Amino acid sequence: MEIIMSIVAGILFMAATYLMLSRSLLRIIIGTGLLSHGAHLLILTMGGLKQGTVPLLSEKAASFVDPLPQALILTAIVISFGVTSFFLVLAYRSYQELGTDDMEQLRGNDQQ
Amino acid sequence: MTLLHWAILAPFLFAIFVPLVYKVFPKLHTGWFVLLLPVVLFLYFLQFLLNRTHYETVIETVEWIPSLGINFTAYVDGLGLLFALLITGIGSLVVLYSIYYLSKEKEQLHTFYVYLLMFMGAMLGVVLSDNTIVLYTFWELTSFSSFLLIGYWYHREKSRYGAQKSMLITVFGGLSMLGGFILLYLMTGTFSIRETIAQVDTILSHDLFIFAMILILLGAFTKSAQFPFYIWLPDAMEAPTPVSAYLHSATMVKAGIYLVARFSPIFAFSAEWFWSVSLFGIFTLFWGSFNAVKQTDLKAILAFSTVSQLGMIMSLLGVGAAALHYQNFEYYTVATLAAIFHLINHATFKGSLFMVVGIIDHETGTRDIRKLGGLMSLMPITFTIAVIGAFSMAGLPPFNGFLSKEMFFTSMLRVLEMNMFQADTWGMLLPIIAWIGSVFTFLYSMVLVFKTFTGKLQKEKLEKMPHEAPIGMLIPPIVLASLVVIFGFFPDLLAYTLIEPAMKSILPSLLAESEHFHVHIEMWHGFTPELFMTIGVVLLGTILFLTLTKWKKVYGLQPEKLTLNTFYDSSLVALDSSSSRFTKFYMTGFIRDYLVYIFAFLIVMLGASMASLGAFSLDVSKTAPVGIYEVILALVMIAGTLTTLFSTSRLTAIIALGSVGYSLSLFFVLFRAPDLALTQLIIETVSVALFLLAFYHLPELKRREQKLRFRLVNFIISLGVGVIVTLIAISANSERVSETIASYFIENSYKLGGGKNMVNVILVDFRGFDTMFEITVLGIAALAIYSMIKLRLSRREEG
Repeated sequence: MEIIMSIVAGILFMAATYLMLSRSLLRIIIGTGLLSHGAHLLILTMGGLKQGTVPLLSEKAASFVDPLPQALILTAIVISFGVTSFFLVLAYRSYQELGTDDMEQLRGNDQQ
Repeated sequence: MTLLHWAILAPFLFAIFVPLVYKVFPKLHTGWFVLLLPVVLFLYFLQFLLNRTHYETVIETVEWIPSLGINFTAYVDGLGLLFALLITGIGSLVVLYSIYYLSKEKEQLHTFYVYLLMFMGAMLGVVLSDNTIVLYTFWELTSFSSFLLIGYWYHREKSRYGAQKSMLITVFGGLSMLGGFILLYLMTGTFSIRETIAQVDTILSHDLFIFAMILILLGAFTKSAQFPFYIWLPDAMEAPTPVSAYLHSATMVKAGIYLVARFSPIFAFSAEWFWSVSLFGIFTLFWGSFNAVKQTDLKAILAFSTVSQLGMIMSLLGVGAAALHYQNFEYYTVATLAAIFHLINHATFKGSLFMVVGIIDHETGTRDIRKLGGLMSLMPITFTIAVIGAFSMAGLPPFNGFLSKEMFFTSMLRVLEMNMFQADTWGMLLPIIAWIGSVFTFLYSMVLVFKTFTGKLQKEKLEKMPHEAPIGMLIPPIVLASLVVIFGFFPDLLAYTLIEPAMKSILPSLLAESEHFHVHIEMWHGFTPELFMTIGVVLLGTILFLTLTKWKKVYGLQPEKLTLNTFYDSSLVALDSSSSRFTKFYMTGFIRDYLVYIFAFLIVMLGASMASLGAFSLDVSKTAPVGIYEVILALVMIAGTLTTLFSTSRLTAIIALGSVGYSLSLFFVLFRAPDLALTQLIIETVSVALFLLAFYHLPELKRREQKLRFRLVNFIISLGVGVIVTLIAISANSERVSETIASYFIENSYKLGGGKNMVNVILVDFRGFDTMFEITVLGIAALAIYSMIKLRLSRREEG
């Protein structure tokens, strides 16, 4: 199972990289969204997808899945959400101010 | 801290008070205050000379960075004392001269004297340090203060150019020298020069020997303006004349000579040292004197003459090294003797000549020999000094330059008798080049005197009517010129006081502790080959001088494009433009390009290290079994991902991203992570809403849906990233090295944390700090979004 999940994470990373290399600002942000999905999936996979019960002690099961990666992912989700929403508003503001979302036109230029 | 250390640091301490004096006593010429210091220091160093009975050396150590073996060890031996006396003695005269030369009203005197004192202290530090790192520190300080002094009239373009040039070249040499010192440290384990000399056998057989020697010689050659590094010296003539007299004739340019002399006991046993020092020196002698003749500016003549004379001293030091290989060493040490003697002589006559040129410049307003002439009757005292200085420089009796020139010829002739280092074949070069160089030396000395002082006075070309300089300006050159004559008639004054101890420092291994070199300098040797060589120099020199206008075209033969200055200038321009072109080539300003660099580097680094370490491994024994739901969900996720990739519309891409997020939360359900599933669902919903919001606000203009630009590079890079991540994930999963700490949380989350939801207990109890700062991140993001929307400075300015 872990192998399949690794491949899925790899595909997510690949797509994310491809989108981040594109010209449109919105696509770059979609790429970062995919990248964080991939990373979260990878953390979960690397924690081991051992069969076990939900990490709730009230279940009284013999084995539980590892709770630590879940806590880490939860933190990561919230942080990436914060950053993504910031980026989105930044993108929205730059549409408003600069009138373009084309990275080719948004390039830094020392002649200015 | 002993008195000696205070003496070295005194100029720096004194420099602090100079601006104060300048401000508090505006009527006093600041120079009078400054003059106290070099005079006192000169007397202080003189008492070393007078008190010494057994030629003992003085060593005083103050710890600076003892853990690194770097200590401020002041060390006074013959060589150090000779230089210290030159620095303080000529320093006093130069300060006196500058009082009359620099106007109190027009010049920023305090900066001038601060720089000058800084230089004096740095120079004393160079010659009296035993520790190489301390020596290097002072060495660079001399470069800096020289830079400041050359650029003293900083509003002039040429001053800034000269200052920059000298800085670049001497700092290049200084850094090479530092490299050499570090190599010496690697060989011996000490920074102390004396202790290094004690381990000379280790160094001679060491592989790093030759590199250390080359690096240290680079330092010496750049500082002492040897070929091809001499080019900074003529441009340094933009400095005020007292600076040229002090730094660029008597002291700083001799720092390289000092370095060669000081490190002779370490390197002089090798043939490489003998040949590089003497050949570079002798060629510099020729090249400097040859080029001096073509100059029309008096200071430029003197600059090339300095280059030439430094080459002569350098070649003498190189030839003197051969004495180490002979039983009858006294026969060959005459070169070292001549080097030290000429070092002193050069400081006296060159200092006085610079001061003379300064006086001429001051009194006529020009230094161009084409405008000058007929000053003999108007400025008799200046003329006398100039004749003494120039004749001494040319090597004419009865001045001291004659004596050292004779000894120079003697030493060069004795090279012919050497039977080592192939001196018997190539050694012929040395006396021949030396003789030709001396002819040109004679020639430019004559040009200097006769083109300036004889002939017709060209009143219409001069800015003011020339007259004799004030007495204060004349005293320093008179003192120096008197020394030229005194040393000419009574050279033995110097023999056992200065020259012999200095020789002992340069060639310490030849003599036992109590023995002394035999030093005797006399005017008349009988009819020796040297005498005939001098006569030949005078004859040919006179002929060339009289026919100067006819053959001066020779100098046009070297095209301007092939000179070292053009080479230096164009290499600076090339460096500038090529680095700018290189930066423009890869710094495109386009984020995509930078991302390509970053990702490509990531792929190459990770891929290469995986491949080289054979790190890939695949182990399926411990993996969880494959379930049908997971496979279906994985296919859905891949489909969603590919849709974002290939969608032509942004709306589709956003919805596909949402579908990936929701399938991720379904994965969380399947992999038994309820809290994650919950959070992911909510956040994905909010994110998609945000994306749609941003999409909605796209400007009309750009609303046309643009197809993704398909680029091969992007594809390869992203494929590489995906493959690398997958490979690393699989390998890491197969190579689990230790058990998880999950059991701790399972056991203790109720016992210690009082909660049954392990994930939540970890978040708020075991690892609560993470959560706290994650809240902070959200808070900052919220504030930033708020301020981004609310604060619109550009519009407010417009409105």
